[in-house]
Amino acid sequence: MLHILQKTFKGGIHPPENKDISAAKPIERLPLPGYVVIPLQQHIGKLSEALVQAGDDVVTGQPVSKASGFVSLPSHSSISGKVKSIESFPHPLGQKVPSVIIEGDGEDRMSEQIKFQADYMSLPPDEMKRRITEAGIAGMGGATFPTHVKLSPPQDKPIDTVILNGAECEPYLTADHRLMIEHTEEIVEGFRIILRILGVSRGIIAIEKNKPDAIFLFEKFTKDDPNLELLPLKVKYPQGAEKQLIFASTGRRVPAGKLPMEVRCLVHNVGTAKAIYEAVAYQKPLIERVVTVTGAVKEPKNIRARIGTPLRNLIEFCGGFVGTPGKVIMGGPMMGVAQYTIDVPVIKGTSGVVVLPSEQVREMRLQPCINCGRCVKVCPMNIMPNLAATYIENNLWEEAKSAGALDCMECGSCGYVCPAGRNILHNIRFGKFMILEQEKASKN
Amino acid sequence: MDEEPKTDSEPKLTVSSSPHIYTTESIPKIMYSVVAALMPAFIGALYFFGWRALWLTAIAVLVSIVTEAIIQKFRKVDITVTDGSVIVTGILLAFNLPAGVPWWIPAVGAFFAVAIGKHAFGGLGFNPMNPALLGRAFLMASWPVHMTTDWTNPHGGTLSGLAAITGSTPLAVVKDAMKDISDGVNVEGAQSVLESTRDLYFPLFWGRVGGCIGETSVLLLLIGAIYLFYKRYIPYQIPVAYIGSVIIIAWIFGGEGYFSGDWIFHVLAGGLILGAFFMATDMVTSPSSPKGQWIFGLGCGVITMVIRLVGGYPEGVSYSILLMNLLTPLLDRYTRPKVFGA
Ligand code: SF4
Ligand code: SF4
Repeated sequence: MLHILQKTFKGGIHPPENKDISAAKPIERLPLPGYVVIPLQQHIGKLSEALVQAGDDVVTGQPVSKASGFVSLPSHSSISGKVKSIESFPHPLGQKVPSVIIEGDGEDRMSEQIKFQADYMSLPPDEMKRRITEAGIAGMGGATFPTHVKLSPPQDKPIDTVILNGAECEPYLTADHRLMIEHTEEIVEGFRIILRILGVSRGIIAIEKNKPDAIFLFEKFTKDDPNLELLPLKVKYPQGAEKQLIFASTGRRVPAGKLPMEVRCLVHNVGTAKAIYEAVAYQKPLIERVVTVTGAVKEPKNIRARIGTPLRNLIEFCGGFVGTPGKVIMGGPMMGVAQYTIDVPVIKGTSGVVVLPSEQVREMRLQPCINCGRCVKVCPMNIMPNLAATYIENNLWEEAKSAGALDCMECGSCGYVCPAGRNILHNIRFGKFMILEQEKASKN
Repeated sequence: MDEEPKTDSEPKLTVSSSPHIYTTESIPKIMYSVVAALMPAFIGALYFFGWRALWLTAIAVLVSIVTEAIIQKFRKVDITVTDGSVIVTGILLAFNLPAGVPWWIPAVGAFFAVAIGKHAFGGLGFNPMNPALLGRAFLMASWPVHMTTDWTNPHGGTLSGLAAITGSTPLAVVKDAMKDISDGVNVEGAQSVLESTRDLYFPLFWGRVGGCIGETSVLLLLIGAIYLFYKRYIPYQIPVAYIGSVIIIAWIFGGEGYFSGDWIFHVLAGGLILGAFFMATDMVTSPSSPKGQWIFGLGCGVITMVIRLVGGYPEGVSYSILLMNLLTPLLDRYTRPKVFGA
């Protein structure tokens, strides 16, 4: 099949990449923030339970909350200092979330448990998984699903292929790219740990062709490993989307509404692999990550920031805004979330901070659909977004569902190409919510 | 922390849902590109039909714009004449008129096209049928004599394109000849007419034949169509299916026996090229799913040929498109592609 030969998927778009703004900037360490805000929810799943109280002294890497179930994660203090309060605080994903606010002492006293262990590869898989669970790792590509859950597939759903996602298809973002060229070996080690835990012998490293330096380095570090396969992908958005990536790499189609394990696949992001390596080899919890700060800031950078650092610190580290900022987006411009305040903290899933100048912020042009079919052509899930959105506008929930609204992965390609400036995805999101509400109501 | 006073330097940030970046394409860009794509044929029309072509087109465009502006003013909605779509309607209406019609024909047609064809249904995006074609259909029904006899000779040629025959467009000439043959009158003369259609290829291609203002030059229309393909403003499925089905049906049924029809003539003559590339592809009134577009084009081709070969009119392009327009919502609905993984 043609799409398999080309190592890509059907549909998709080619927005201006704008990655050259920051791609050549080596990762810089952000100075320790004066305070951090650690939300008790940085993952998909249950809110974690606080373990500390106002006034407690904490060290870097110390857990401040514990998981409240299997699909939940602990959070850790990312600096040393004193817990100031536990309060509801603005969260980058929208609502306010209970958060532990820690005043730093500037000393960065490390938890004693963090130390290197040379024979980490010979640890039993269960111990590896325990360390990953304790480290509080969530998918770092932005989806923030607890990683240990993905590493525990049910018995009846064996995995035979794991894909390492180095596509980084969102425009502007270069954090994964920098990580891949500056920390290639750690990422490969993390990937090997994943394969070992799952007992899988086939690992595919998928990287978009616009990162030839990363492809070159991975080639160097994996060419002697018969289990690892390097796969350069066509540059196209959303190439890094799970189902599209699996299709491009293996030709397997994840059934609608199902998870990748249905086709014996699992996808992990390169940043997650590095965090896994640190969790297993150092017992280091997830307390920092690389964030691309770009767009309308004086000096765009790739920054290693502690979790919980206010976005304000990152923007100031880049010399502040250029002109009048219109939007500050956490994540990429296609799927990221616009912020109303830059006091929100960096969380485990923060891959970037993109500042769009006010000139680039479009006013809502509420023009009607002219049925041009562009959204139909680009939808990677093969939904007809124009129809789905129209059904939803007219409260036709059943119709919207049969048109595939629930299968929308919210990539935003449809909204990007619409010449009428219709906010199709906004509609579909609302429709998904309403369909699920109706289903809940009819069950009760 | 909401209570904290915000300083003046605090940026005012816009919060809206993703995606946050957009294509630079817009409705005006698309519409003005269509206008530009129609310009070669328009300049050709000036050459073939003289200043009349300019006046009639200008009247159609002007009345279209004014009608839309007045209606939107009355309905107290934004006036959208600058988005270009109403200009496209005006030009296409004029392109579908004989060059000899009196000045009020394009005026009345444009008014009907915009007021009834477009705004009675809610304006751009909500009109089920191509407004220009609806305007033309209204004129055909109301003033059939003007619409079917007010032909003028093209510059440097005759109405039929053939030196020996005057007073009819090529399709009408062929239709009459076919009728003569089946009626058994003047069979030899009719047969020689049918054979002479081959001599018409070049005049039809270049445009030196009788017909509506904008439909005669295949060459100039194709130049515009290529531009629209290049800009990806029209899908290839519709014209390919449309012209392809015309070719096959004309070849099989268009001659004296089966498989002997002059399909090249049927492609070049009449308004097929204008219709297939510029009117059947109107986004609002044609399907958005690729499969739907194939069926739509096929339907247009079949209906066009049924009208041309057995119907009462020599030409069937505009009615076939109008009929298929009505099926568009159904086609979109029942040709939805299968959801990924479903
Ligand atoms: S409908 Fe959903 S999956 Fe399809 S293009 Fe739009 S956002 Fe992407
Ligand atoms: S891209 Fe926009 S205008 Fe075109 S069909 Fe989709 S929703 Fe309609």
